[in-house]
Amino acid sequence: MAESVCRTLRDGGLEGEHAPALTIKDSIASPFGFDVFCHVLTQLSSFILAGKSQSRGLVLVAFCRSPSFYADLLKSKGIDVNSSNKWVRILDCYTDPLGWKFRLMGVGNLRDLSCEASSTGILCKDVKDTNKLYSSIIELGKGLVAEAKSRFSVAIDSVDQMLRHASMSSVAGLFSNLRSHGQVSNVFWLLHSDLHEVRVTASLEYMSSMVASVEPLQQLTNGQRDDSDKASLTEQNLKKGKFHVRFKRRNGRVRVMLEEFHIEQSGISFKSASSEEVTNQGLLPKVQFSLQLSEKEQIDRSNVVLPFEHQGNGKPIQIYDGRNSLMEGKHETTSVSAGNSETNEGSGGGEIIYYRDSDDEMPDSDEDPDDDLDI
Amino acid sequence: MDQRSSNLLDEALGLDCQTDRWALAGRVVAIEDSVETSGSFILHQLVKRALAPNSSTVVLFIAFAQPFSHYDRILRKLGCNLAAQRVNNRFFFFDKLTLQCPDVDERNSPVSGLVALYGEIQETIYGLPEVSRKNVTIIIDDLSIVEVAANGSSDYVLDFLHYCHTLTSEFDCTLITLNHEDIYSSTEKPAFLLQTEYLADILIKAEPLATGLATDVHGQLTVLNKGFNHGQMNSRNKIRNFHFRVKENMVEYFYPGSRN
Repeated sequence: MAESVCRTLRDGGLEGEHAPALTIKDSIASPFGFDVFCHVLTQLSSFILAGKSQSRGLVLVAFCRSPSFYADLLKSKGIDVNSSNKWVRILDCYTDPLGWKFRLMGVGNLRDLSCEASSTGILCKDVKDTNKLYSSIIELGKGLVAEAKSRFSVAIDSVDQMLRHASMSSVAGLFSNLRSHGQVSNVFWLLHSDLHEVRVTASLEYMSSMVASVEPLQQLTNGQRDDSDKASLTEQNLKKGKFHVRFKRRNGRVRVMLEEFHIEQSGISFKSASSEEVTNQGLLPKVQFSLQLSEKEQIDRSNVVLPFEHQGNGKPIQIYDGRNSLMEGKHETTSVSAGNSETNEGSGGGEIIYYRDSDDEMPDSDEDPDDDLDI
Repeated sequence: MDQRSSNLLDEALGLDCQTDRWALAGRVVAIEDSVETSGSFILHQLVKRALAPNSSTVVLFIAFAQPFSHYDRILRKLGCNLAAQRVNNRFFFFDKLTLQCPDVDERNSPVSGLVALYGEIQETIYGLPEVSRKNVTIIIDDLSIVEVAANGSSDYVLDFLHYCHTLTSEFDCTLITLNHEDIYSSTEKPAFLLQTEYLADILIKAEPLATGLATDVHGQLTVLNKGFNHGQMNSRNKIRNFHFRVKENMVEYFYPGSRN
């Protein structure tokens, strides 16, 4: 859920722990990763302005859009940009990432650029140097937050541009350093998964505590050669899609959630998946045989008597294990009712206490029920 | 305007609205074609539209594929005099047929290659009267040949495209590129093509008909309008598909099955 993602970023990380990191990834079939990025950016900005988040400021590393674009974006979402120099800094890797304009000015081939002397950021003229990028981000962040113990968020709008100019290892090193810096509250970035090898995407996902995938509602297959079918599917995928989020929790458990997103005039909106089937389709692997049970099959399964299950008369069951001497002292006990266990009443020798797994256990039944509360 | 009626392509691009402002200002248009269905005619149509008498758009045409005489001849048949527009400083032709880019080590040198070309483009824009600076359309024909000139380095070409993209945000320029989809379709990961598709606000694909060759219909166009521009949401995320026929001095566009 998009709100869960934003809340997790808002809450930040604990002392001594790596900062939460979010990878937003999409593909050309559903190219709305940037919309999601902007949504998270504006939500986090709102939290920061309202004083509700762990971080006191935001450093935005802009590769694919100009700083003025983000200023307009925040303004259009009702976020006060007049005070932006107090809570946001932009590392401008968009305007002159390789120093071409700077060099052209140097040989007189370009007149003076009308660059704004911005109080909200630094212009980066060499995006290949990831060490310099890192130190610029930290410098901007520290300049934002007054106290040495205050934290700031970091947002990177295009990992693809970073990877065009620097190696995977240096980019991974940059992200790792950011996550382990004591003053970084959270980091999030955008990646187009189809521009890279699988190992690159996988590396970034391993480094993330949350991975949000933007996927088309329906995949185009090679079989759909009819032009009108393709056009209608593509149009549908342009207006909505699936938002699939994988959370890695502190205790090591992985939680998967699925929503639908819709692209509207006001921006992107999220809602629950429209049907159970959509959820299941999102979670089950795509194979050519059915992995789900029909209703009849579920009933039949519930009627199956398991070998160690208590039959209801209160006495232990003797099960012949194939050996001639079935000792009376060796009894096997059973428990009854789903989810509970009962010890057998008195028998001489060893016991097998059988805890029956419930077939219909809800996926998140053992999780903290208060986890979703916005306290 | 010499033609009051707009066609399906104009409608798909928002060029049918009678406004003072060029509808494609600040937007990136990527045209993809193939050997079976050339998309060059789309470039010609857009040049003609941009240089219409009631428009104040200035066109910067970066030519890697054909000399000036080629485009002049074609646009004359469409009713547009490129030579006269050149004299009027509304059409600037950058002849880059013989451009050779330096080696990797000197790639960022400002005196050669694509860096110098970018410098020329920006200098030309700065040299325009203030009123014209906000009405510039940059057309690149075509990206696959730019890649050849760059000694096969798609990264260098993407860097150049990025810098051209900064002109769309600084000056509200329109950036129109043409590329050949079938050149990259056989590669495992056509990253260069995908990068240009991600960059584009509007994607126009010229493809052959699924049913094969025909005399009356030369192909189909799919116009995908997906730009992230919160100022212009009316035509966002719309896809239009229609057929076309290229004639001597015009192009006909029509929906499938509606042709007389």
